[in-house]
Amino acid sequence: MRNLKQFWLVMTATLGVLASGAGFAEASYREQMKGLDEQVQEVKSDVLSIAAELARLEERLLYPSNTHLAVFIALAERDTLRLDAVQVQIDGQQVAHSIYSFKELEALQKGGVQRIYTGNVPTGEHQIEVTIAGKLDTGKEYTRTERFAFNKGIEPKLLGVTLGSSQLQLGDW
Amino acid sequence: MPRAALIVGLGLAGALAAAPCAGKDLRDLYFGEALYNANQGHYFEALERLDAELALHGGVDEPQRDSLHFHIGEAQFSVGDFELYYRMHLRAGRAIKAVLEGAVDEAVRNEAAYRLARIHFQKDQAADALIALDRISGKVPVVIRDDVEFLRANVYMALGRPAEAAAVLKRLQSAQSLSGFAAYNLGIAMLQEGHEKDAIAQLDKAGQLKLSDAGPLAIRDKSNMLLGKLALESTDFTRAQLFFDRVSLDGPFSNQALLSAGWADVSSQNFERAVVPWSILAKREVTDSAVQEALLALPYAYSKLNVHGRAAVLYGDALQSFGDELNKVDASMKSIAEGRFLKALVRGEIQEDKGWVIRLRTLPDAPETFYLMQLMASHDFQTALQNYLDLEELRKKMAGWQKSLDSFEDMIRLRKQNYDPLLPGIDAQFRELDAQIRLRMEQRNHLQQRLHQLLIEPRPDLLATADERIVLESIRGIEEQLQKAKGSDAEQLRQRLRHVKGVLTWTLYTTYPERLTEAHEHLNALNADVAVLTKQYQQFVRSRQAAAHSYLGYDDTIDRLRTRAAESLETVNQLMAKQGHLIETVAIDELKNRRARLEVYQTQARYAVADSYDRAAKAQGTPTSEQATQTSENAAPAGGGH
Repeated sequence: MRNLKQFWLVMTATLGVLASGAGFAEASYREQMKGLDEQVQEVKSDVLSIAAELARLEERLLYPSNTHLAVFIALAERDTLRLDAVQVQIDGQQVAHSIYSFKELEALQKGGVQRIYTGNVPTGEHQIEVTIAGKLDTGKEYTRTERFAFNKGIEPKLLGVTLGSSQLQLGDW
Repeated sequence: MPRAALIVGLGLAGALAAAPCAGKDLRDLYFGEALYNANQGHYFEALERLDAELALHGGVDEPQRDSLHFHIGEAQFSVGDFELYYRMHLRAGRAIKAVLEGAVDEAVRNEAAYRLARIHFQKDQAADALIALDRISGKVPVVIRDDVEFLRANVYMALGRPAEAAAVLKRLQSAQSLSGFAAYNLGIAMLQEGHEKDAIAQLDKAGQLKLSDAGPLAIRDKSNMLLGKLALESTDFTRAQLFFDRVSLDGPFSNQALLSAGWADVSSQNFERAVVPWSILAKREVTDSAVQEALLALPYAYSKLNVHGRAAVLYGDALQSFGDELNKVDASMKSIAEGRFLKALVRGEIQEDKGWVIRLRTLPDAPETFYLMQLMASHDFQTALQNYLDLEELRKKMAGWQKSLDSFEDMIRLRKQNYDPLLPGIDAQFRELDAQIRLRMEQRNHLQQRLHQLLIEPRPDLLATADERIVLESIRGIEEQLQKAKGSDAEQLRQRLRHVKGVLTWTLYTTYPERLTEAHEHLNALNADVAVLTKQYQQFVRSRQAAAHSYLGYDDTIDRLRTRAAESLETVNQLMAKQGHLIETVAIDELKNRRARLEVYQTQARYAVADSYDRAAKAQGTPTSEQATQTSENAAPAGGGH
């Protein structure tokens, strides 16, 4: 947060001087840009609303609640594991395999949660197997696999898997 | 708005964009997903998710049982933040106002007021920003306390109230998070107040702060640049030199500092010293305007030192360089006119990091960007560019959505083809079974009622076995027959019958509790079977409903979405065309300005090169003519460093 703030402070403070030097955009251009900016904001709002309705439609069509299963990945707080990949199997079938970029890893480290899989399973008992690969802060390669049982009821099932250099657990969400 | 305030304002604008919040002790996975998207800069997806979550949360009967309840305050603020990041200031303002006007505690309300003030300030609405700041009272969260005051100071400056700004900024001088920025802004406020002496002393402090971060380092350079400029204006060239020397050689102000340092030397007639910064500068990236000026300034200094041979060579190099640059500018204008600038901007791979604008320069097939770095770095142009890129993203999304809607329709058609022939038969079979199930359920309910009644009012005969009931019936029949019989045998038979009946009655009464218990056990066993049946029944009903829901009732929604998406796509295309045209026009105007300046430089260099060769030749033989001296004076760069 601090870094971002500093970045913006410098960038925009710099821009102030550069803009003043460059004698940028005349007032008429500025007005036009402002007008367009407001129209762009409006269309963004419209598109967001369409996106929300489309997401609801997609969920109803593809993942009805009685079979809906979603698996989420979170990193344990302040864990130093450099996560490279996660693989998920449901009832012995591979359903997701994710390789993490630096940006994605950073997003997880900042407290974000990745929805790695959305699919359908019938109600009843199931098994989930999660395999992670990464590097410890010592530089040593690290892999781990854990299996968990879960029950799918008639409501949508959300499974949260918390990963770390010393843990891999199915969260109670 | 005064220039200084504008600069400070611009500086603040970015700082006010808060970073996405972290999800500690996360209780709502979808909120976490929104954070995951936001943390990667995918604000559209983050907003899409969070909007949906907040709408769902608002619609539940008992919000305290919804998992988002644990993050609701954070989520409401995050929506405003994401909208701000996604450059939707109007909506962000509305979202934050909603928090501000809701029943929230003092700290939350104050933070909302601060955020609202921030948005107003970013949109050049300083008076509104001050009104929002004035709503802050009581408990202010520690993390924003200094930021609130810093914003207040900047709002005062934007409103032309430097004395009040200075008073606030003086209190912020020890704030670590604002290190450098508060010091610089205090200097600017003092300048606005007209206290030039105090301002210079303050800026001098800001220009010598010991800092390590890139941000405050740039501010320190900026302070020194301003001090140098002020010293030049007051013809204190030695001090100006000192300030320019303090500017770091690899910062964003280094080119301007080197150029100005040279001019400070020239102004004090120290041409030898001017050669040093200008020689460094002349070797830098030639598209920079300061570098181009140095290409002319350096030989000018040599000519003043009477090193005419060297000056002639350097003027020749400058002439060559300006020619090359003019060709580059022409190529850039042509390229922009052909639409290649916009194509270069939307290339995905170059936008992957924050410095993507800088990386444009390294693209071999995008010469149009070489001369536009300064323009592209400006705030307004950045907004226009970002809007163009956002529109391009929306366009791609909506093109994808049209395909998704086609797929959905295909899916629905196939499901209909599958279920339509099957369902009538299944429904008929189900109706039959349903009737049987209902009958059995009624029987069970009747049994349960009777057993319940037996607990209150014991009726042993009702728990007789089938054999016992037959025996009882026989006894009753024999009793009726014996009523009419006469004689001693009859009496004996009656006696025996009473005995048999007594035995049976005895059995029924003495075994009644066990029989009742057994009956309840059977009922419980039946209940277990009924539970299984009910479960299967419900499962069937759900499956049947799911089958219907999988293809019925989507037509209107899909049609509506298709229409809305098509309309929005058209709007996006129109806006993209307008925005793109504006960007191209502004870019070409900028290039025209740079071209005009290059032409002036080229003309100056052309005259100067001839003059320098002439002087070099004369220096070897005849004395310098007055006319030649005049020409040499004219060869000083038009910019004159200032």
